[in-house]
Amino acid sequence: MLTVENLSKQFGATQVLDDVSFTLEQGKVMSILGSSGSGKTTLLRCLNGLETPQKGKIIVDGTCIWQTGESMNGRMKDSPFGLVFQGFHLFPQYTALQNVMLAPSLRLKKQKLPAAQYKEQIQQLRQRASQLLERMGLSHRADSYPYQLSGGQQQRVAIARALIMEPQILCFDEPTSALDPELTREVIKVLQQLKEEKTTMIVVTHQMRLAKAISDEVAYMAYGRIWERGPVEEFFQNPKTEKLAAFLASATAHE
Amino acid sequence: MSFWQIQLELLQGFSSTCVLFFATLILAIPLGVVVTFGSMSRFLPLRWLTRAFVWVMRGTPLMLQIFVVFYVPGLLFDINLGTSRMIPALVAFVINYAAYFSEIYRGGIQSIPDSQYEAGLVLGMSRRQIFVRVVLLQVIKRILPSMGNEVITLIKDTSLARIIGVVELLKSAEHFAQYGLIWPLFYTAVFYLAFSGVVTLLFSWVEKKLEFFRG
Repeated sequence: MLTVENLSKQFGATQVLDDVSFTLEQGKVMSILGSSGSGKTTLLRCLNGLETPQKGKIIVDGTCIWQTGESMNGRMKDSPFGLVFQGFHLFPQYTALQNVMLAPSLRLKKQKLPAAQYKEQIQQLRQRASQLLERMGLSHRADSYPYQLSGGQQQRVAIARALIMEPQILCFDEPTSALDPELTREVIKVLQQLKEEKTTMIVVTHQMRLAKAISDEVAYMAYGRIWERGPVEEFFQNPKTEKLAAFLASATAHE
Repeated sequence: MSFWQIQLELLQGFSSTCVLFFATLILAIPLGVVVTFGSMSRFLPLRWLTRAFVWVMRGTPLMLQIFVVFYVPGLLFDINLGTSRMIPALVAFVINYAAYFSEIYRGGIQSIPDSQYEAGLVLGMSRRQIFVRVVLLQVIKRILPSMGNEVITLIKDTSLARIIGVVELLKSAEHFAQYGLIWPLFYTAVFYLAFSGVVTLLFSWVEKKLEFFRG
C-alpha cells in the first residue's frame, strides 16, 4: 500500500530525516515511537506535503506520488493522506458539522453542478458528515462550536474532518498528547474502532499506552532514523537495540 | 444671530466633516488591503518600498501631509488641481489612513497561527480558499478593537482639513468668533461626541455579532 524509500530532510545543518524507508500494508496500523526531536512529526509532515524532503520517494498503491526534486506544492489536492494534528486545529468559526463539511463542500462548489444536483449532493454530504460525527460519538455536539467542546471531543471532530476526505492512509501526529487520561481514552476508543474497520493508519506518538492499544506494528525513531521495527508484542517485549531498550525503560518509568 | 441660524451653519460644516469621514473610510479600507499585500509580499523590493511608504505616512504629521498634497503638485509640477480644497484634503487622509489600516490588517493576518493554514492544506483546500473561508473572519474579529480606535481618531482628525481651508465643523464654528460668539466653538464637541458615540455603538454591535466563536 505505502512504500517510503530513503526519505531525507535537513533543516539547515540538522538532519531531521536520515534515509527513512518503510512499507505499510493495507488495513494495518503502524505506530512510530520516539522522543521529541526524533523526526517522527517531520516524517508525517513530509508524507502530507507540509514539508518537502530533499531526497527519497513516496509510493502509494504502486503510484509514485513524490520523488526527489519534485515540489510538494500542489500535490495536496488529491493527496492519498489525511492528517490529524496534536492541537486539533479546528476552524473556530464553524460548528463541528461545518468543520467536517467545509473542505468537501468547497470541492463540490468547484464542480459547478446544476443547482438541483448541487443541492442533492450537499444534502448527501451533510448526511455523510452527520454519520461520521455519530461514529465519533458526537451526534449531540454537531452544532457546537469548537470552544464549546472538550479536547477529546475536538480531536474526534478533527478525525471526522479528516475521514470525510476518504484518505487511503490516515496519519495522526501525537493525537492524544494534548489530552488528559480520560479524554485520551475516548480518542483511543475511536482509533480502535477505525482499526477494526481496517483503516490504514500511521500514528506518531511518544505514549506507549496509545501505541500498545492500537498498533499492528511499531517503529522506533531517533535522530531521524528508524532503528527498529516489529509486530507490537515483540517490539515491546524484546527490544533488539540498546537505544530502544533505554527508551522503553524511561518511557515506562514515566507512565 | 439666532441659535438655529448658528446650528444650521454648524450643520453645513458638519456635512463636510461627514464627507471627509465617509469618503476616507470607503477609500482607505480597501487601499489598506493593497498596502498590506505590498508589505507582506515575498518580492522584497516591493515589500521594502511599501514599508518605507508606511514609515513616512506614520512618521510625519498628518497636517504636514495635507500641506504637501495641497501645495506640492502646483509648486513642483505646475499641475493645477483647480480650486477644490476638499480633494487634496481627502487624498491626504486616504493615503495616511490606508497606511495605518494596512498595519492593523498585517498584525491581524500575522496573528493567525500557521496551523490554521496547515489544517486546510491537508484537507485539500487552496491557500486562497483557506484565507477567504477560514482566516478572514478570524482576522476581522481580532482587528475590530484597533479599527474602532482608528475610526474614532479619524472623526477628530477631519478637523485638520481646515488648515487648507476646508470649512468643516470646527472651522464653521470658529468664524462666529468674529461676531463675539465663542460658544459655538465649544458646542462642536456635542457633534463630535454624538458621532463617536454612534461609531462606538456600531463597533460594539459588530463585535457582539462575532462573539459566537472564539479564536
